[in-house]
Amino acid sequence: MSGGPGRALVLALPAAWMLLFFAAPFAIVLSIGFAEPAEGIPPFTPPWRVGEDGAIALRPNLANFALLLEDPFYAEAALRSLRVAAISATLCLLIGYPMALAIARAPEGWRNTLLMLVVLPFWTSFLLRVTAWIGLLQDQGWINGALLGVGLIEAPLTLLYTDLAMYLGITYCYLPFMVLPLYAALSKLDPALLDAASDLGARPWRAFLHVTLPLSLPGVVAGFLLVFIPAVGEFVIPELLGGPGAQLIGRVLWTEFFQNRDWPLASALAVVLLLVLVVPIAAFQSRAARDAPR
Amino acid sequence: MSGLAARVAAPDHRRDRQAEPFLRIEHVSHRFGGFVALDDVSLSIERGEFFALLGGSGSGKSTLLRILAGLLEPDAGRVVLDGQDMAGVPAHARPVNMMFQSYALFPHMSVAQNIGFGLRMEGAPKALIRERVAEMLALVRMEGLGERRPAALSGGQRARIALARALAKRPKLLLLDEPLSALDKNLREEMQFELQGIQDRTGTTFVIVTHDQEEAMTMATRLAVMERGRLVQVGTPGEVYEYPNSRFVAEFLGTANILEGVVESSGPDGARIGCADLGLAILYDAPAPKPAGSRVFVALRPERLAIARAAAEEPRVGENRLSGRVRDIAYFGDFFMYHVALEGGRTIRVSQPNLRRITGRPVDWEDAVVVSWDRQAAMVLPE
Repeated sequence: MSGGPGRALVLALPAAWMLLFFAAPFAIVLSIGFAEPAEGIPPFTPPWRVGEDGAIALRPNLANFALLLEDPFYAEAALRSLRVAAISATLCLLIGYPMALAIARAPEGWRNTLLMLVVLPFWTSFLLRVTAWIGLLQDQGWINGALLGVGLIEAPLTLLYTDLAMYLGITYCYLPFMVLPLYAALSKLDPALLDAASDLGARPWRAFLHVTLPLSLPGVVAGFLLVFIPAVGEFVIPELLGGPGAQLIGRVLWTEFFQNRDWPLASALAVVLLLVLVVPIAAFQSRAARDAPR
Repeated sequence: MSGLAARVAAPDHRRDRQAEPFLRIEHVSHRFGGFVALDDVSLSIERGEFFALLGGSGSGKSTLLRILAGLLEPDAGRVVLDGQDMAGVPAHARPVNMMFQSYALFPHMSVAQNIGFGLRMEGAPKALIRERVAEMLALVRMEGLGERRPAALSGGQRARIALARALAKRPKLLLLDEPLSALDKNLREEMQFELQGIQDRTGTTFVIVTHDQEEAMTMATRLAVMERGRLVQVGTPGEVYEYPNSRFVAEFLGTANILEGVVESSGPDGARIGCADLGLAILYDAPAPKPAGSRVFVALRPERLAIARAAAEEPRVGENRLSGRVRDIAYFGDFFMYHVALEGGRTIRVSQPNLRRITGRPVDWEDAVVVSWDRQAAMVLPE
């Protein structure tokens, strides 16, 4: 392939996309993070002044970032969110891996149907699906009704508005994001490799441990990140299903933006959250790229 | 058949016919859905043999190999290796290893880890694994490449590592599934000699699956020709080439012109087969496999036929002679293949070695020619 106008276009498209939908919004949010809150619309004064001679003088307000570091409330909420996201991603991995493996090893004619079934829930609204869990989990809900009907319990269990309900909801909603990259990695696996492992004396579980699992690691990492990253900032599911005690970072952000109308603080929080997520992941990715020379 | 076969030297390991064969395949059948992959196959292979399963795609040769490896359970029949019935013994517990067609090297492991994988699964001590890996690398002449990843190796190097990995556990039986099909011609020939050398040095019994008749002929001590799930002929390469038992084998192994005729007479001194439609009589130096009056196929190898310009005074057609016109000459470098059109429309192929550099061919396009052969040339097929 020679470098020509076609090549330039192919490179320019994603670059333009990133600029338009990531870099520019990020720059706006970052600048608001350095602004000062004010009464009015928009509810802040920009962190620069245009002088009489037309010169622009930057006057960044560092108080927002300072507050995030000083008040342990924000760090706690962030840590709790990271923990919730990590547990949810792990649950998705534990459920999604066997699913992906089963689909990858299903007869060829079945695989597309099974993948379709995994993605099928996306055909209904996300909110509707989460709300449906309320109907299942509430005290007069289907689950309690069934358990009472069978006689396993005497009084309804408190399921809704608990951590359990929150994890159920997050795992349920994000499972497809885990299954799809895992399936992609597992279906690429040459079945002859497993034959070879077995031929060389590996029992099935050892063949899995030494061959299937290490070769599917890129899928595991991709799936984990695809669940973990959005789950950190997840707002709707904890709000609808979770208990009142869990102040997650998504909730905090929402409160700062819409209840306190403190856009600068909320923006600063969003920027910090992004850096906390992106920097370690980028470092990990570049290390992985270096370790796997092709 | 046995009387004829005696003229082709029988290999040593066939002398001891009383002993239990090393590998016994008994009435093995297997089907995939409605497709019969193996149909009642029985075969015995001796210790130290280099045995080739030769056949086209769908002949069942790879299915048989997978059954020997334990990767596939046969629908019927059994496999006995060194006195032990392999029924129910899974692949990971068999003293059998396989060199896979795609090599199936583990891409996430180094060459040394690949070779040592089998011993590691056995729980062998690290020192032994290190020692054996070094020994295997030396065996396949790949010393110093132990730390490389398979992706950093050439095709030929990968083949060697796959072989080293399959031999590292010192299996009783080594299976090779089209091991050289991914290599180019020169490398393939080099590896053929090397495989033979390694088999000699290790004394391991090799069973190789191939669709390449040259590969089977040059490497194997014995071979089995397979067609549609059956063994159609088993013998040394010489036996099968010189005495094919069917039209299929004659045409699959080498090239053959097939003529149809009727046995006119047959006795200890030879047989006479008449081909009325060509006005031809084929003289044969051995008794015909069927009684007088039966219809038989006769195979004529192109390299056993002589071709010359027709001279006016000679009879054109008769005993072991045919006449026709040269329709095509294919130049292979080391030989010429003449396509001679006979009267009546049939074509017969005659090859002539390219013995010296010549500018003018003695026989050229469109020449009227006589094709002749001697009494040892023809092969009267039993089927």
